[in-house]
Amino acid sequence: MLHDDRHRRYWRTNLRYLAILLTIWFAVSYGCGILLADRLDRIRVGGFRLGFWFAQQGSIYVFIALIFVYVRLMNRLDCRLEEGDR
Amino acid sequence: MTVQAWTFTLVGLSFALYIGVAIWSRALSTGEFYVAGGRVPPVLNGMATAADWMSAASFISMAGLISVMGRDGSVYLMGWTGGYVLLALLLAPYLRKFGKFTVPDFVGDRYYSRTARLVAVVCAVFVSFTYVAGQMRGVGIVFSRFLAVDVGHGVLIGMGIVFFYAVLGGMKGITYTQVAQYCVLIFAYLVPAIFISLLMTGHVIPQIGFGSTMADGSGTFLLDRLDGLGRELGFTQYTAGRKEMLDVLAITAALMVGTAGLPHVIVRFYTVPKVSAARSSAGWALVFIALLYTTAPAVAAFARTNLLETLTDVRYEEAPEWFRNWEATGLIRYEDANGDGRVQYRGPAAAEANEVTIDPDIMVLANPEIARLPNWVVGLVAAGGLAAALSTAAGLLLVISTSVAHDLLKRSLVPSITERGELLAARVAAGVAVVIAGYFGIHPPGFVAQVVALAFGLAAASFFPVIIMGIFSRRMNKEGAIAGMVVGICFTAAYIGYFKLLHPELNNAAHWWFGISPEGIGTLGMLLNFATATVVAAITPPPPPMIQALVEDIRLPGGAGEAHEISA
Repeated sequence: MLHDDRHRRYWRTNLRYLAILLTIWFAVSYGCGILLADRLDRIRVGGFRLGFWFAQQGSIYVFIALIFVYVRLMNRLDCRLEEGDR
Repeated sequence: MTVQAWTFTLVGLSFALYIGVAIWSRALSTGEFYVAGGRVPPVLNGMATAADWMSAASFISMAGLISVMGRDGSVYLMGWTGGYVLLALLLAPYLRKFGKFTVPDFVGDRYYSRTARLVAVVCAVFVSFTYVAGQMRGVGIVFSRFLAVDVGHGVLIGMGIVFFYAVLGGMKGITYTQVAQYCVLIFAYLVPAIFISLLMTGHVIPQIGFGSTMADGSGTFLLDRLDGLGRELGFTQYTAGRKEMLDVLAITAALMVGTAGLPHVIVRFYTVPKVSAARSSAGWALVFIALLYTTAPAVAAFARTNLLETLTDVRYEEAPEWFRNWEATGLIRYEDANGDGRVQYRGPAAAEANEVTIDPDIMVLANPEIARLPNWVVGLVAAGGLAAALSTAAGLLLVISTSVAHDLLKRSLVPSITERGELLAARVAAGVAVVIAGYFGIHPPGFVAQVVALAFGLAAASFFPVIIMGIFSRRMNKEGAIAGMVVGICFTAAYIGYFKLLHPELNNAAHWWFGISPEGIGTLGMLLNFATATVVAAITPPPPPMIQALVEDIRLPGGAGEAHEISA
């Protein structure tokens, strides 16, 4: 029973990570790149309008960061689960 | 050396490399043939995934498309990269844990149903064929353009190469050749991009040059110059969008979800040793893809600025050499409408008539000539374009052959088939698929370009929801999954078929549902799939306890190592 409990906790933590990371994923691409792009375009960074930069550059960099953050979080979580299983 | 001599040398060398790698890494068992024995290190698998994913369309067409579409081209940039986040977070680790060979394998086992497996096989084969025909065409075009071979012979040569290493090496051979192909294609893409960035903005890194001031001492930002030129010549402003926001959202979502649902991409994550490797491998794949995908919009802006500046009211005789070179291929057309002997390239809002038509496909290929780069760079770009097309074609052919040999023969029709028999069947199927794909490459049906939208739409409306629900819902049963897939596929196929094939004349915003174009309709298909499956599952019996235990097991990372040994 204790065993199952830990597994359930593992899964719930995983779902929480997913919810947070996918919210960011949505916010940078659909949010900054499309929905709020016109508003962000008024801000300029160098030659870029910010909304345009998010749509053609920024969102992609954030995507990469998100995956590696998830990899690290999950490696840690996997480790803890394994230790508990032993 | 001339351009042609350089091209022959570089293309020849790269082909020799691929064949060498294929011989060194040929497959001896079905496990090696289908998933490279599940022993590919994550970084290399990421590189192979990147080459697998980036097709002739990414390498040749994308920058050109963006330079014509401007802001609206972002749908491709975000759509074709954002899907990897979904893959890494929602699909790859669980499918790796599940640890079989194909997507239909997962669908068939998770939904304990042969019907579900067959629906998935048909989808996988259809999606892959649509794609592969386009790749073969790309191979033919590069050959005809740079090596003065006609398109038909070009396709035949390409078929021969792919046949050799896909049939011999299976997934193992393909994976390691794809690593080599990635190196060739990214080098070929970055070299001209860096040269052009230096030339126009003085920055080595194109992604920075993209947002910097021009190198001509004027102090204006490149993007401002581009917007200004566009306005002057009657084009819409480069950094502003034209498409409706809802449509942009739908297209981006369909491409993202479609990417995550493409069988030749998913299958790559079966090849790594364990669950954590599947996650990081998706991350590496995106790093390698992003290298090209963040360079592409910079190249697009440079090329567009260059083009508008060089073609503004220049006398035809004084037009740069590349203009006439490409005019000879028919991809640039010039008609002196007002008879003044000058070239006027104008947008739809300009007062004067436009005299130039440019095929967006030439942007990347012509870039080295436009920026007057040395001949070897032109040859390199040809080798890169071929690497992109061949690597994608090989990955797709493998999906087709696996689907036929494994999902159709072994798991559905002739379960008694021996390991050797299955391997032979996989090789024969790969061979037949190469020939069919080659035929479509030489005689392209008019709708190849149209059906690519269908491939993404179908992947989005079928595989993605069915796999997600298979992992994240214990309650989802076969009735729900099959109903969802059928509704998603039929709706998406019907919508795209109606506007793209039956009534292309009605294909405009006034007739679309909710203003969503056929390119974006996969998103709606996906939502319908989710909704149908949920409703049907709620009123039919839950899956057997064995399946619920399977779902529990998939969610935990441990013990994925043995899966291949048992089934191989």
